[in-house]
Order: sequence, then C-alpha cells, then structure tokens
Amino acid sequence: MMYNQKVIDYFMNPRNSGRIEDANAIGEVGNPKCGDVMKIYLKVGANEVIDDIKFETFGCAAAIATSSMVTELAKGKTIAEALKIKNSDVAAALGGLPDIKLHCSLLAQEGIEAAVADYYLKKDGKLPEGYKVPANTISPKVGEGNIADEEEHYVSEDNRNTDEKK
Amino acid sequence: MENRKVYLDNSATTKVDPQVFETMKPYFCEVYGNPNSLHEWGREARVAVDKAREQVAGLINAEPKDIIFTGGGSEGDNLAIKGTAWAMREKGKHIITSAIEHHALLNTVKWLGRFGYDFTILPVDKHGFVDPAELEKAIRPDTILASIMFANNEIGTIEPVAELGAVCRKHGVLFHTDGVQATGHINIDVKNLPIDMMSMAAHKMYGPKGVGGLYVRRGIRLTPVIHGGQQEFGLRAGTENTPGLVGFGKAAEMAADRLAHGEIEKESRLRDKLIDGLVGRIPEIIVTGDRVKRLPYHASVCVKYIEGEGMLLLMDAAGIAVSSGSACTSGSLDPSHVLLALGLTHETAHGSVRLTLSHETTEEDIDYVLEKFPPIVARLREMSPYYHK
Repeated sequence: MMYNQKVIDYFMNPRNSGRIEDANAIGEVGNPKCGDVMKIYLKVGANEVIDDIKFETFGCAAAIATSSMVTELAKGKTIAEALKIKNSDVAAALGGLPDIKLHCSLLAQEGIEAAVADYYLKKDGKLPEGYKVPANTISPKVGEGNIADEEEHYVSEDNRNTDEKK
Repeated sequence: MENRKVYLDNSATTKVDPQVFETMKPYFCEVYGNPNSLHEWGREARVAVDKAREQVAGLINAEPKDIIFTGGGSEGDNLAIKGTAWAMREKGKHIITSAIEHHALLNTVKWLGRFGYDFTILPVDKHGFVDPAELEKAIRPDTILASIMFANNEIGTIEPVAELGAVCRKHGVLFHTDGVQATGHINIDVKNLPIDMMSMAAHKMYGPKGVGGLYVRRGIRLTPVIHGGQQEFGLRAGTENTPGLVGFGKAAEMAADRLAHGEIEKESRLRDKLIDGLVGRIPEIIVTGDRVKRLPYHASVCVKYIEGEGMLLLMDAAGIAVSSGSACTSGSLDPSHVLLALGLTHETAHGSVRLTLSHETTEEDIDYVLEKFPPIVARLREMSPYYHK
C-alpha cells in the first residue's frame, strides 16, 4: 500500500499540529480501539471565522495527514464554510488515498463537526436545530438524539472515484 | 551518525546469503533435470535434492527421510494440520492450538472447524507462554493433535516445547510445532524433544522464499494436501524445486555452523543492547514477549500514546526497516491477535514495533537505531492527544 508524495509530506511535515490553550471549541472523534483518534482545537473569532485551528492525532500516516489537511482547509473559513468540508475534499486535496485509508479522511471531516458542535454548546448552551455529531464522537458529550446514525456518514461516492496518483 | 540502511525485519524475511545463492546457481541452467527422471540429467538433480535433505535434517538432528520438502512455512502448517485431521478422522476430531499461532496455522484450524472438527484455543500468559497444565486439561478422548509454535514471530517468546510435547505423548496426542521462526536460530534436536512434526521455512534463515520443510517423525500417517505424483514419500506431489531446495540445504548447513560457533550469544547480546537501550531512552515503553526465553534476534516493544505505522514510516525514512502489529499496518480494524492475547489493550497494541536482527547486524547498526528511534517517538507523541507534555 503506497502513499503518494503529498500524503507523506503532510505526515512528515504536518501543518497545525498541537494544542490551542485558549481554544473556544474542542472536538474529539474516533476510537482508540481501532487505532484512530483525532482532536481538533478551534479559536473562533469575529464573524465566526476560524482564526486558528490545531490538531492532535493518534493514528497512522493517513490519519495524521488528513487531520493536518483538514485544518489547512478550515483555517480562515467561517464555521458554516468549515462544515461544508467533506472527506472527499480532504482526500482530493491530498491527491488521493489508498482505498483502505479513505476512512481516515472521513475522520477528519468528523473532527471538524465535533469541534463545531462544541463551539455551539459553549456559545449557546445547545446545538442548532437538527445538528448531529458524528457517531464516533468522543467529545463533546451530547444527548442521544443529537448523535448521527452510523449510516449517515459514509465515504462519499466522490471518494471512490478519486484517482490515486501513481 | 551518518545515515545508513539497517534492515531489522528479519522475522518477515531474510536476505538470501550470497553463498547460498552461489550454490543455487548451477541448478537453473546446468543441472536442470527433473529429479525423478532416470537419465543423467535427472540423476544429477536427484543427488542435489538428496544432499539438501541431509543438510536440513542435520540442522535439527533428524533422519533425512523425516524431512518433507514443501513450498514454505504456510504449506507445512497446512500439511501438518489438514494432513493429520484427515488421516486421523476416524480416531477423533478435536484439535488444540494456542491464541498466538501464525495465521497459517490458526486459519487452517478454524477452517477445519467449519467441517465437523472441534478446536480449543489455549490462552497465553502476559509473556506469551502456553501452560502445559492448561494443555493437559484441554485434552479429551477425541483429541488427535495439538499444535503450539516453537517460538512466536511477533513477540519472540520461546514456548516450553519439551513439556508441552511430553503432555501430548502421555495422552497419545500428536504434537506439531510451527518452527518457522526458531529453526536455524536456536538449537533444536528432534531426537531429544517430544515433537512429532515441525514446520520450517527457508526464507527465515537466509535461504530462498517459496521453499520449506515439514519434519515428520517416522510412523506418523498424514494425508497429503497436494495430491499427484509420489514425490516426498507420497506426501507432497510436484516436481522438486531443485535450486530452491539446494538453497534451503545450504542455508541449513550454514545455520548449523553458526549455531555451533556462538551465534546465539552474539545475537542475544546485540538484541539485549537494543532492548535495554530502547527501554532506557524511551519513557512509557513496554517490552513484549519474555525477556529471557526469547529468540536471540528478536526485539519487540509497544510504545504508548502513538501508533505503529507512523513509527514504521519515520523509521523507514531514516533507513531502518521494522514492522508493527498495529491495525493500520495489517489492514484490519484490530491490532495483532498475538498482542491482544497477551492482555494488552487495543490502544497499547496499536503502538507496537518489532525489530528483528540478522546474523550480519552490527554494533553500529544498533547504535544507529538507538539514536534514531527516540526522537521519532518524541515527534509522534507531540502530535498525540494522549501524551501529556
């Protein structure tokens, strides 16, 4: 199983790794049993712009590369724009991922969703109407009704067509 | 230290020794007859195969006729398990094995389980040892075979084969051991061990890939897995891979020579320097497998808070080849079944790294690894949500 140069680069030289001490939102997704956990820190400023974003990841090279890439894609965007980032965007931005590693890009998307959920909880005390956190969210803790079913997040069709650069 | 290449994945496979390769060469284009042919071309090839058989037998103090050549370790495991199961099916259909066996063995046993065979999987303790008392308790009147590996590939632990075999003898149960990692690296004398069958693989002892052997004690009936001609005493059909077997034989002879000249002590010392060095330099690291009853060339650890593939790739970038039992490196969701059988948590097992030396590994190689590995750990831990700085 071969990673392309870009994935290797983002693994070897990850952008935005670390913590934000005064983060106003933190989301953690994944499952340590599977060997993949991602923690996203947000510093949200005026007009809901993500001024700063950092990640910490326990996982393989793909997990680290996708975490890093998603923070690059989200930085400087508004919360609403960041929520539009899909796993296929992350994988495409990395020039593709091996099939068995596509789920890592999904984790990156979910990390943002969990962090944004935390932002809303801290700001408004509740989640927006219909907002559901990914099924494998570790934090923030939300009520059962606010957790997505497993099936609601699957690898998008776009991803299956993403050509891995040989 | 200057960048160098250090291959520490000899449990996965070894380099073919150049002398072994030289010995094999004539058997492609010069001595190429079918060893079963009566003419001179065939006779010459037959002589070479016979010699290889003697050399492999010599390594484990067996009789040449007790060596069945196979296409590798996996095939040997299949022949031992399926061959016994089928041949003994009137006597019983219960097989005992351990939780840490290689997939070639475990999957074969489980497959039989789908076709009317019963199996018991014995647990191991935190060092990976199978308890002979547990084996004895598991034996039933319909038990026909027990298979416990001589030494484990992931954690290096050497099992109490003499005691396990003795328990089997006492109860009339056949005892097979997967000796793929152990053969050629530690002293094995089948005349003085209660072993009925043992799998071996050439490519784990500086021989070519695709070649192996199954030691089968005289008097044991097996059904072949590969039917056809009468090669290998009717137990494994197919024209012999003459160059491969010649290579296996030469590799076995060279291994026997190394064992007789202090190889175990030499490798153990370097292995211990590596293990002790890693433990001394990296906080929160676990050594897996027993420290003492361990393959001389085998080091394996679990590094907390980070994941194996990441370490593997960064080590690779530094010129060092190692392997890992993490899920990511195996393509499944679960980390290695061996590490889980030791009682490690999934998280810990995901941070596993295995470093296996060759007989050519030097002091400088070990120093280099000890220099490169700790910063790699530190770097990955910086990025981990679990590591508290």
